[in-house]
Amino acid sequence: MGPLTVYEIISANTNLVLAFVIGIGFGFVLENSGFSSSRKLAGMFYGYDTTVLKVFFTAAITAMVGTLIFALLGWLDLSVIYINPTYLWSAILGGAVMGAGFILGGFCPGTAFCALSIGKLDALAFIGGLFIGVFLFTEAYPVFEGIYKAEFMGAPFVYDALGMSRGVFAAILIIAAFGMFWLGEWSERKFPRDEY
Amino acid sequence: MMNLDKSKKYWNPYFGGVMLGLVLLAAIYTAGRGLGASGAVKSVLLTGMEAVAPSHVENTPFYKEYFASHSGNPMKSWLVFEMLGLVVGGFVSGAMAGRLKFKVEHSPKITSRKRIIFAVLGGIFFGLGSQLGRGCTSGAALSGMAVLSLGGFITMIFIFGTAFALAYFVRKLWI
Repeated sequence: MGPLTVYEIISANTNLVLAFVIGIGFGFVLENSGFSSSRKLAGMFYGYDTTVLKVFFTAAITAMVGTLIFALLGWLDLSVIYINPTYLWSAILGGAVMGAGFILGGFCPGTAFCALSIGKLDALAFIGGLFIGVFLFTEAYPVFEGIYKAEFMGAPFVYDALGMSRGVFAAILIIAAFGMFWLGEWSERKFPRDEY
Repeated sequence: MMNLDKSKKYWNPYFGGVMLGLVLLAAIYTAGRGLGASGAVKSVLLTGMEAVAPSHVENTPFYKEYFASHSGNPMKSWLVFEMLGLVVGGFVSGAMAGRLKFKVEHSPKITSRKRIIFAVLGGIFFGLGSQLGRGCTSGAALSGMAVLSLGGFITMIFIFGTAFALAYFVRKLWI
């Protein structure tokens, strides 16, 4: 029964070794999918390259379906999986600030480290910025603390919030993802660009 | 044409997505948690601050709260090991595909200097936002979506929504 570390099938140290191995897979997949290129990542927001959309949503629904299948087979105890707590205002504000960072900087934290690993110096600059940003938050924490902790909702599931069952929501999400894939393919035909 | 051929060497995005989903599933199955990235930056910063300015760390509200809820060395964390692996995995993939090269990638319409300035600025926004949002694109949005967390969906919508909303105003950076 998983998660393996929660059920103590593997030790805390083995878990860290596996974290390293999983990280290798993470970096390998990101790089091979083109996420080490800021211009490819930014292409998402101009329609000429929707790789981000396709990879992101395919990954989310693959992991979601896999998790559901593992739970059905009795391999995974969903009740002990970490679900990030929802603080409504900081989730919204944090997301919006990250969105601004994405379009200005062309990376997110994971993709920046991936790009740095193959020598992209703009990624190194972005990572320098990340450290400054985290430092600004920790130093100015009393300023942010109010909104950071406002409107705590526990760790709710999106399907509960929408008043539907897990299965129905999963089915809708998969259909929505395929709709977005179609839109992405259409967009790449409409706004072609091949000079990079 | 050469550049076009080069971009074709990337994986098919749907295949890449399935592979990324399986990596994420492996994390959930073994560690009971999703992937992440910004948490590792925080760990390194905390460790550095502790080494350089221990008395400052002791008197700063954020660090006090952090250490009250996290015991042990911040570097001995799942995210730090995962991110070390990420750099190795990215390097191996880049080496196999012949993409290892020091360069500043930017649109032909802007200079390297301008690209670097905006990369730092973007990083600052992302670093600050990831702390507010309790995770970044990997930790909050992607992993949150996979486990169907409400917060994950909200953060994902606002990351992509804001980026789309601002894209027109900074289009010279990219197109």
